Amino acid sequence: MLDFVQQLVSGIALGCVYGLIALGFVLIYKATEVVNFAQGDLMMLGGFFGFTFISMLGFNYWFGFACAVAAMAVFGMVAERVVVRPILGYPQFSIIMVTIGLGFFLRSMAGIIWGTDDLKIDTPFSQGVLKIGSLVLAHDKLSVIAATVILCTLLYLFFNRTTLGTAMRASSENMLAAYYMGIPVKRVVSIVWAISAAVAGTAGVLLAPITFVHSNVGLVLGLKAFPAAVLGGFGSIPGALVGGVLIGVIESMAGFYLPQGWKDVAPYIVLLAVLLLKPEGLFGHHVRKKV
Amino acid sequence: MRFIFKTDYEDDIRLFPHSGYVWTYGTLLVLLAIAPFVLSSYIMSQLVFVCIYATVGVGLMILSGFTGQASLGHAAFLAIGAYTAAYLQQYNVPFPVYFLAAGLLTGVIGALVGFPALRLQGIYLVIATISFAFIVEEILARWESVTHGNEGMRVKTLSLFGLMIPRDSPSFYFLCLGFLILTIIGTLNLLRSPTGRAFIAIRDSETAARSMGVNVALYKVKSFAISAAITGFAGALFAHKLTFISPEMFTLLLSIEFIIVILIGGTFSLHGAVLGAIFLVMIDPFLTYLKDDMPGIISGSASALGASKATASNIQSSVAAFASANGLKGAIYGFIIVVFVLFEPLGLYGRWLKIKLFFQLFPLYKRATFKRQKIYVKSERNR
Repeated sequence: MLDFVQQLVSGIALGCVYGLIALGFVLIYKATEVVNFAQGDLMMLGGFFGFTFISMLGFNYWFGFACAVAAMAVFGMVAERVVVRPILGYPQFSIIMVTIGLGFFLRSMAGIIWGTDDLKIDTPFSQGVLKIGSLVLAHDKLSVIAATVILCTLLYLFFNRTTLGTAMRASSENMLAAYYMGIPVKRVVSIVWAISAAVAGTAGVLLAPITFVHSNVGLVLGLKAFPAAVLGGFGSIPGALVGGVLIGVIESMAGFYLPQGWKDVAPYIVLLAVLLLKPEGLFGHHVRKKV
Repeated sequence: MRFIFKTDYEDDIRLFPHSGYVWTYGTLLVLLAIAPFVLSSYIMSQLVFVCIYATVGVGLMILSGFTGQASLGHAAFLAIGAYTAAYLQQYNVPFPVYFLAAGLLTGVIGALVGFPALRLQGIYLVIATISFAFIVEEILARWESVTHGNEGMRVKTLSLFGLMIPRDSPSFYFLCLGFLILTIIGTLNLLRSPTGRAFIAIRDSETAARSMGVNVALYKVKSFAISAAITGFAGALFAHKLTFISPEMFTLLLSIEFIIVILIGGTFSLHGAVLGAIFLVMIDPFLTYLKDDMPGIISGSASALGASKATASNIQSSVAAFASANGLKGAIYGFIIVVFVLFEPLGLYGRWLKIKLFFQLFPLYKRATFKRQKIYVKSERNR
């Protein structure tokens, strides 16, 4: 039983990581109908920025963290302006390919600039462990869980309660109509990329003690975040969190109870099953096709 | 300037609309036929890869270019073809049999993948095909009794009717080239048949196709099966070319390479698959060139411009470090994808068509002829 609980908790911690990346997908999808395949790589870049500010320049952890997140937000805006904006309005496949290309480019460039060794950031949570009975939980994992829950809540409120959030939802439904209603669609898209990159940056810095900072970390985690986003219903913020946690738990259970090899495949099997049985996900809206 | 007057319905679907086609393709064929006796063995080996990649490109083109179903899982189909060939070869099955088996089995699996894919569109389909490829990769790594897991499998030299065909012989090149030509002709025939017309109708508008009486589900599955089968055949040839296959060769990167092939070539015409394959295979020699010659050239031109000797050698070493950096290939791939989607969405073949049209209409060419239409109103979610 203790094994089960321990697996459950570590699965939840892992799932929050997926949830955090999936949150980035969902934000961009919610506001622009674009799926950003480079989200994992943005997260990786956030880790490297954090490493640069905290370990190389020697900033205080929290100040360096803030700098990394701000730098990522600016980077997200630049990436949107240079790569995504020229092809808004084109078929979705073009945009998917562009973000895949962007991801490739960032991954190799990060490898060339920062090297291919595993880098580490010293954080205030690197050492501590929380013990509840005989259950052990490291502080770095707790920090990820806390950050995911906080970010999800904030972004959910932002999207549903603020004017800017409403403007984002409107521009995703129909860019042209939103533009006629006086919504500055270009700026809205730019802001949403900044937010999404900042979320990715937060994830990257928080993950640094767990996965280390490495140029390939984005690919592995980014691809696992897809099942999370799909399971939660692409386009739902709480869905990203719930989907992430479910995928994390499934993966860690599969690793513990099933033979070797199932751990890596289980999320994708779940993904295919969800796509077959309930393509709109747990929290998505089912929209009838209109001609 | 040639004016084509169509006097017959047949004129619309002729493979060679006029004698110019016969001449150009005839010349190309002759050049390809004498290539192995003229070109170096390295270039021949690259040409074989071009043939194999172009075959896969044609297969992917049927699915993505003509039926409009994106797939990032074609590395898995290639892997299934390659492993089927390697497995059957162990039991001394003759080449024609296991070659056919590789294609057919992959085609059947392609159809099985096509059924679930019926309900999916756009990004969901992309994600589903990626997942499928991951699962296949994992199965190849774990099903050790058949695939030998991560140790990989050796593939013996191809023997056809008692004749040994080593992988770097001209005969192997002719085999790959022949299969490519066969695939292209077959695909062209398919595309001018009702099936091909149905594919294109589905790509342009699924709803419109359905209301015209096209059985969308059936044709999508057909498209998946045909595309996978062609890729499976190419997989058997690929296995023979490499002589050794292991699961880590058939990763997402390979699927993306196939997408690059059709994206760079141009997704609307079979010419694109071949041009894209040539482009992709040329990236490796280009990287070697970058590594070997570029540092010297750049530092040479720097010293010619008046830089001191120390700066020149500094430049040389930093350029060399950059050019030999691990993963530069990935950066180049990414850069190429982004540049092509942004600036040349119709690909190399589209560029060729533009140049041709420019000279045909000489003073009257308008850039707007090839302008893509932007749609801001439609939300894909409500489609």
